[in-house]
Amino acid sequence: MIPGWLWILAYTLIGLGVLLGLLRAFLGPKTPDRLVAVDALVTITMGLMVLLGLWYRRGIYLDIALIYGALGFIATLAIARYLEGGL
Amino acid sequence: MAHRIGQFLFTALVLFGLWLLFTGTLDPQETAVGALLAAGIALFTHRRFTRGGLQNLAPGRLLCLLAYLPFFTWQMIKANLDVAYRALHPRMPLNPGIVRVKTRMTSDIGKMAVANSITLTPGTLTLEVDDDTLYIHWIDVRSTDPEEARRLIPGVFEPCLKRIFP
Amino acid sequence: MNLLLQGVAGTLILIGSLFLFLGALGVYRFPDVYNRLQAGTKSTTLGALSLILGVGLAEPAWLPKALVLMLFILLTNPVSSHAIGRASYKSGYPLWEGSIVDHCQEHDACKGGGEA
Repeated sequence: MIPGWLWILAYTLIGLGVLLGLLRAFLGPKTPDRLVAVDALVTITMGLMVLLGLWYRRGIYLDIALIYGALGFIATLAIARYLEGGL
Repeated sequence: MAHRIGQFLFTALVLFGLWLLFTGTLDPQETAVGALLAAGIALFTHRRFTRGGLQNLAPGRLLCLLAYLPFFTWQMIKANLDVAYRALHPRMPLNPGIVRVKTRMTSDIGKMAVANSITLTPGTLTLEVDDDTLYIHWIDVRSTDPEEARRLIPGVFEPCLKRIFP
Repeated sequence: MNLLLQGVAGTLILIGSLFLFLGALGVYRFPDVYNRLQAGTKSTTLGALSLILGVGLAEPAWLPKALVLMLFILLTNPVSSHAIGRASYKSGYPLWEGSIVDHCQEHDACKGGGEA
């Protein structure tokens, strides 16, 4: 069994990470900065979902993480294409 | 024609392998549905999916890929400790720049493998690929000379990747 | 044996969340978009990989699915970061003033239209 203090530590670290990523997404200063922050947040959220899956003992969280990652990947590519000037 | 069949079989095999990993059962019904779906999707996508065919699965190349993984993992851990050190350091010791290097890889998939490996390893990030020239953002530029930079950045991966993606 | 496996899984989960945090810290602190990409790609990729492997070891029935997830992250993350880097360069995002060299400047392939 994974001990309680480890859960608390892991959730705290990931929560702080999400907070910092959100701050960067709000502060900008330009669109690419926000895009980088959102892209990093997608990966962090995938990790968080998998961890929550272990916490609730529900395997479905892994599938959702995969779908979420695929959507985030496509969204990042689309926004990058848009910034580049062609869509 | 034989080439097309090889492409089709390779695509179907990869898709079926992914299906097995993802469903995680060997139940005959599910396996049959997976095989049907893999064949169906491969029918439409095999020409986009791969240039080669079954020779992609030649044992020599798979062994090389297996040997490449631990080396790559080690490089990635080194990269992360480096970035973590820079992010935690109060003054942030950055020395960034964009350098140009040439790669010896010839196939498109090989260039992609080199570019992706570069992105995930110590302090380098591929910005632009133009024919055989890579433009790389380097967080700690140690040399602006193309030859020297070539030895330092893609030179680490190429000997092995060259054998996996000839 | 099982205890050892759980210990390894716990360690991997802890290392993973630590790297996820460090990646976000780098994204927050670094001065320009290219340096932020370096942190946002590398650290979060290794962090997520290690965390997912840890969960896969803690619950061995999920291991195959966890491997698919890891493969997915390993393949897509460098591609999206490359796309962001290229897009920001082509849309005219300047390098940090501390940068020492820019070979891309004198080359056609890197030029693009539009403003950041």
